[in-house]
Amino acid sequence: MSSSALTIRGLQYSYGAHRVVDGIDLTANSGAVLGVLGPNGAGKSTTISLAVGTRRPDAGTVEIFGHDPVREHVTTSQLAGVMLQDGGLPMSSKPLQVLRHLASLYRDPLPVDELAGPLGLHDFAGRTMRRLSGGQKQRVALAAALIGRPRLVFLDEPCAGLDPQAREVVHTFIRRLADRGVAVVLTTHDLAEAEDLSDEVVVIDRGRIIAQGAPEELRNASADSRSLSIRLDRPASAQLLSRMNDIAPTSVQGTHIVIEDAPSSAQVAAACSALAEAGLEITEMDMHAQSLAEVFFDLTGRPLR
Amino acid sequence: MRLRRIVSQTKFETVSVLRNGEQLLLSIIFPLGLLIFLAETPLLAGLDIIDSTADPLNIAVAGALSLSLASSAFTGQAIATAFDRRYGVLRQLATTPLGTNGLILGKLGAVIAVVVIQFALVFAVAVCLGFRGPVDVLGLVLATVFGTACLLSLGLLMAGTLRAEATLAATNLIWVLMAGVGGLVVAHPGEWGTVVSYLPSGALGDVMRSAIGVGGIDIKAIIVLLIWGLVGTLAARRWFRFE
Repeated sequence: MSSSALTIRGLQYSYGAHRVVDGIDLTANSGAVLGVLGPNGAGKSTTISLAVGTRRPDAGTVEIFGHDPVREHVTTSQLAGVMLQDGGLPMSSKPLQVLRHLASLYRDPLPVDELAGPLGLHDFAGRTMRRLSGGQKQRVALAAALIGRPRLVFLDEPCAGLDPQAREVVHTFIRRLADRGVAVVLTTHDLAEAEDLSDEVVVIDRGRIIAQGAPEELRNASADSRSLSIRLDRPASAQLLSRMNDIAPTSVQGTHIVIEDAPSSAQVAAACSALAEAGLEITEMDMHAQSLAEVFFDLTGRPLR
Repeated sequence: MRLRRIVSQTKFETVSVLRNGEQLLLSIIFPLGLLIFLAETPLLAGLDIIDSTADPLNIAVAGALSLSLASSAFTGQAIATAFDRRYGVLRQLATTPLGTNGLILGKLGAVIAVVVIQFALVFAVAVCLGFRGPVDVLGLVLATVFGTACLLSLGLLMAGTLRAEATLAATNLIWVLMAGVGGLVVAHPGEWGTVVSYLPSGALGDVMRSAIGVGGIDIKAIIVLLIWGLVGTLAARRWFRFE
């Protein structure tokens, strides 16, 4: 059973006259990954800053395991770890020096080697942060977020700049955290990553949550989000296509036909019968559901901002 | 527990300074070089800054101590903080149990630790050069406390409001100006001397020169440092940005 690690209600924040967070409500539960998506400037990072107490909200409340992160900072900072988008680690120090120092700030930190080993930090332990690649810095920053043995962790773009191997290691770490009961708030622009890792996703745009739910729910939210893709051994005749359109709206490109608008089982069966009666062989058939990326673009639009 | 975290941050910051070659050059090598140069050359008497019969070592020691404070509390700490701010280090540490207040106290602790090392080295070299005082201990303590507070607040104000590169350029330039024409190392005669005595650099130089050699406390200079320190602290509290 999950319990609320982070509860945000009616959160508002403005930079001068520009409101960047406009009434956000969200909950992150223990043992689950909450994906936070949104275009650049949507208010994601500001929401995270407000959640960890480095900014004071103009209105609304934030609770980390029932504690206010501004007024009870020492308590909430023991409970929550933060990985910032830009690393946030001193450039003139070496990775393990930084981690040992951060460990000294917590009541019950993890042993440094418990993170340094699996994240491969020993491979570049002799170099200062300044001399590390972007991906190596990301791995140290992830370790920094986890060194205090947090029960809630905020990860802001944890895989930005990582190669596929390092990305897999980080994804495994995130899954293990959730399996151990840690609440993970994952901010990412990688929609496939969000879909793969998140138990629940919120989409923020212009400071507001515009969609919320499990990735599967969001993908299936639109009734016409599914289509049936069929590949044939040879092109279908115009007469057959006309008959197919009587069954369901159908588009065709050579030997590839697509039956739109979430066809029912009966419609699929009727289409297959029509193709078989016309003597056409089905070489490939796939029921295509809308991806989270398509949902995201539908919600936020494709033009650059 | 809170004290332990601040001490840990102080240790981390102090070691970072002592491991950094540029910071060592600024905080240790330049002040010691100035001390030896002014003590061993006839420059001060040649420029009529002191009487030809007077001992240049007293001025040299006071100048080296003042320059040490300006290096560590102002220029060095401003540059380090500005780049920490740019790389998000301040924001990251603010999310830990150290918090923002602990972070500032840790930085203050690191400045004090470095100043203690600087003063020990300056006095050790000065004694080797023949320095025997007098030293007004209370005057020296007051100069150090008010000078550090004043310069640190102004350095943090710059680090928290300007871009890192601008802080680097501006604080280095100001360091040169303070040492060259700002009354930090030697007192300036005439109207210019009056003007700089109301600046942090001139006031720090005056109070340090009173404590070393003359053996007294320059109350007016301490008040000037106090006012600049209050202005710097209030402005830093108002405008300092962690990101």
